[in-house]
Amino acid sequence: MKKLKVATASLAGCFGCHMSLLDIDERLFTLLEKVELDRSPLTDFKQFGPCDLGLVEGGLCNAENVEVLRELRRHCKVLVAVGACAINGGLPAQRNHLDVRECLTSVYGRTVPDDPELPLPLDRVHAINDVVKVDYFLPGCPPSAEALWHFLDDFLNGRTPHLGHGLISYD
Amino acid sequence: MSPAELSQLLHRHHGDPNRLLQMLREVQAAAGWVSPEVITELAKGLTLPRARVEGVATFYTLLATRPRGEYQVLFADNIIERFHGSVALRERLCAALGVAPGALRPDGRVSVGTTSCIGLSDQPASLLVNGLAIARLTVERVDAIAALIGQRAPLDQWPAELFHVDEPIRRAGLLLGAHLEPGAAVRAALARSSEALLEELKRSKLRGRGGAGFSTHDKWRAARDAPGPTRFVVCNADEGEPGTFKDRTLLRRQLDAVLDGMTVAAHAIGAQRGFIYLRGEYLFIAPAIEAALAARRAAHLLGRDVLGRTGFDFDLELHLGAGAYVCGEESALLESLEGRRGIPRRRPPYPVTHGYLQRPTVVNNVETFASVAHVALAGGARFAELGTERSTGTRVHSVSGDCARPGLYELPMGASVRELLDACGAEAPIQAVQVGGPSRTLLSPRELDRALCFEDLPSAGAFMVFGPQRDLLEVVASFARFFAHESCGFCTPCRVGTTQLQGAVDALVGGRGTRRDVRHALRLCALMRDASHCGLGTTAGRPFMQLYEKFKPTIERSLSSLEFRPTFDLDEALAPARALTGRDDERAHLEDP
Ligand SMILES: Cc1cc2nc3c(=O)[nH]c(=O)nc-3n(C[C@H](O)[C@H](O)[C@H](O)COP(=O)(O)O)c2cc1C
Ligand code: SF4
Ligand code: SF4
Repeated sequence: MKKLKVATASLAGCFGCHMSLLDIDERLFTLLEKVELDRSPLTDFKQFGPCDLGLVEGGLCNAENVEVLRELRRHCKVLVAVGACAINGGLPAQRNHLDVRECLTSVYGRTVPDDPELPLPLDRVHAINDVVKVDYFLPGCPPSAEALWHFLDDFLNGRTPHLGHGLISYD
Repeated sequence: MSPAELSQLLHRHHGDPNRLLQMLREVQAAAGWVSPEVITELAKGLTLPRARVEGVATFYTLLATRPRGEYQVLFADNIIERFHGSVALRERLCAALGVAPGALRPDGRVSVGTTSCIGLSDQPASLLVNGLAIARLTVERVDAIAALIGQRAPLDQWPAELFHVDEPIRRAGLLLGAHLEPGAAVRAALARSSEALLEELKRSKLRGRGGAGFSTHDKWRAARDAPGPTRFVVCNADEGEPGTFKDRTLLRRQLDAVLDGMTVAAHAIGAQRGFIYLRGEYLFIAPAIEAALAARRAAHLLGRDVLGRTGFDFDLELHLGAGAYVCGEESALLESLEGRRGIPRRRPPYPVTHGYLQRPTVVNNVETFASVAHVALAGGARFAELGTERSTGTRVHSVSGDCARPGLYELPMGASVRELLDACGAEAPIQAVQVGGPSRTLLSPRELDRALCFEDLPSAGAFMVFGPQRDLLEVVASFARFFAHESCGFCTPCRVGTTQLQGAVDALVGGRGTRRDVRHALRLCALMRDASHCGLGTTAGRPFMQLYEKFKPTIERSLSSLEFRPTFDLDEALAPARALTGRDDERAHLEDP
């Protein structure tokens, strides 16, 4: 069977969700028999190619996050919001009750750098489905390795992903 | 508040934790807010955990846990008020006073915010100033208020006319047309045994007027038969359903009928104490109720041996709410009466067996008690002659919106929607009528022959008329805002659902909505209906669902795109950072696709 192309991206997140993916341990070998990784923090490719599945960790905190997310959406058939940050903004969204101007001036003082290499922050941190259509949501902070594996296993085998009891826990 | 004042306050309330909400209300009235120090002292004085006191103080809209100024103005933000220009009036007042909406003026003098419907939609627009209602707002009246606040005039020196609230009774029937001697119904009830009284009630087929329409006889009998030495009677005067104000009128024009009805209930079920739970927004009615209670004590209609009947001891207390729609739900109301956050209890057990202080308790609506007085006086059979087979008696409708004569209309149960529209001078074409407030039914013009009674259109009495010039999506957005604000937060489907629904509807109103928002909203509505803990959550999705069902094109024509669209303006979201950095390069912008 043809291998599925999978891309992953880390936006405004902490890499905890990616770490959780690595936590599936020896099942990584099974996974790699079935998928081929495209652009991802795990591969260091610079461009997305056409993909079957995109996994996104982290929410949208700046212009670059938006650009990467849109780029990924354009390239993949199915997009998954992985973890609390991608789904709701999560921890970074704690800044949403502050004025972004105050955040910047309290960090940089009076002169905020104008280097075009530095992505401009959005006024508020957003969930990714505020900006692109999201096909699946995988909750958790991070979702457990078990939950991620379940999701991928279902998906790779063509079953509608279903996280049963014990795989999702709410606050 | 000084320590001496606080200890007096505690003393006046016998250090009773059940009276916590009443104490906090008094603190709010005296100090203008409930400070952290007061919370600490009250907790100590009542030997309650501090978090418990703070939890109560933060639950109720009319209690401020931050300074809100010497003058705290809250505009009623009901859709009827909005259609009468409340937003512009609020902006005008803010501009005149130099205060940002919702904020406290830096000198600490005044704040201007909003609150849910305050029960004055027959005389919009309206507001509360330090808890007191002012209706019929116009530009002139708003300017007068601004001037008084500007001069720092104490409230009791404001012109009395400003606080006058009309009672536009357009059509009176059994209840509103009555001239009852205080105590007449109690005398008639005492002439019968409590068993015979219950039989009369059964014959009357009276059903509760608070919305659900439960048989009053069945409720009372269950409370009477419940084991235990003490019983309670509670009058639900929380009247929080937007567009409803008939309890206000009954309490101001037929108070003795209501109090008679409560005393009759005490006789029927063997209760010793009762409460009137009056919504905080009706503070202006409280003095008259206190005076009536005092007069009734003097006339032996309350107290020991009521009307000389040995062993019939019954007294009533007035409790004020503090701005929480959910406290109209009877078990939340009981929590609030016990001085806690108004979070609905798990039911069963029901209040009839485990009510106030876990004792058998009858909770009835104001209008139910007023009706009871007439059943006691004229008998159940006479009462049942009015209305329909399964909805007997009359119904007081609170009519507001686009009609010539908003106000109170008492009609026999079963009158048609059309009859009421004709009576109130609503000009054709009507676009829609909302019967029973946001939690009940949105009617299209095709449904005007439907009947206002439990068999067809159960209602707590609100009747809002919307003419063709109104945007129904805006109406539904206002209702969504109401539920999101009033959700008590206890259960996830409602806490999260109401807020997300508001977001989806706001997206549609703001012209950014997509089919995805509509689908999401419908899913939320169904989820809340099926999974919420109390009636607030189970009904919160109704306005949108009914709009979708009956006015689909209203939603469809608001869609910005059939495909996905970002929920906010991306480029705009970069504007503050762009301004700070002075950048305008390509990467400093995001296009909206
Ligand atoms: C969210 C919510 C709000 C309510 N608000 C009121 C109210 O303001 N007044 C009222 O009488 N009943 C209200 N009810 C209904 C009460 O729970 C209860 O059914 C009623 O007071 C019983 O009185 P009745 O039998 O005389 O109608 C509300 C119910 C819910 C779920
Ligand atoms: S969801 Fe939790 S683990 Fe994942 S990126 Fe956010 S903070 Fe990290
Ligand atoms: S449904 Fe809403 S109001 Fe009722 S208990 Fe749940 S959160 Fe509170």
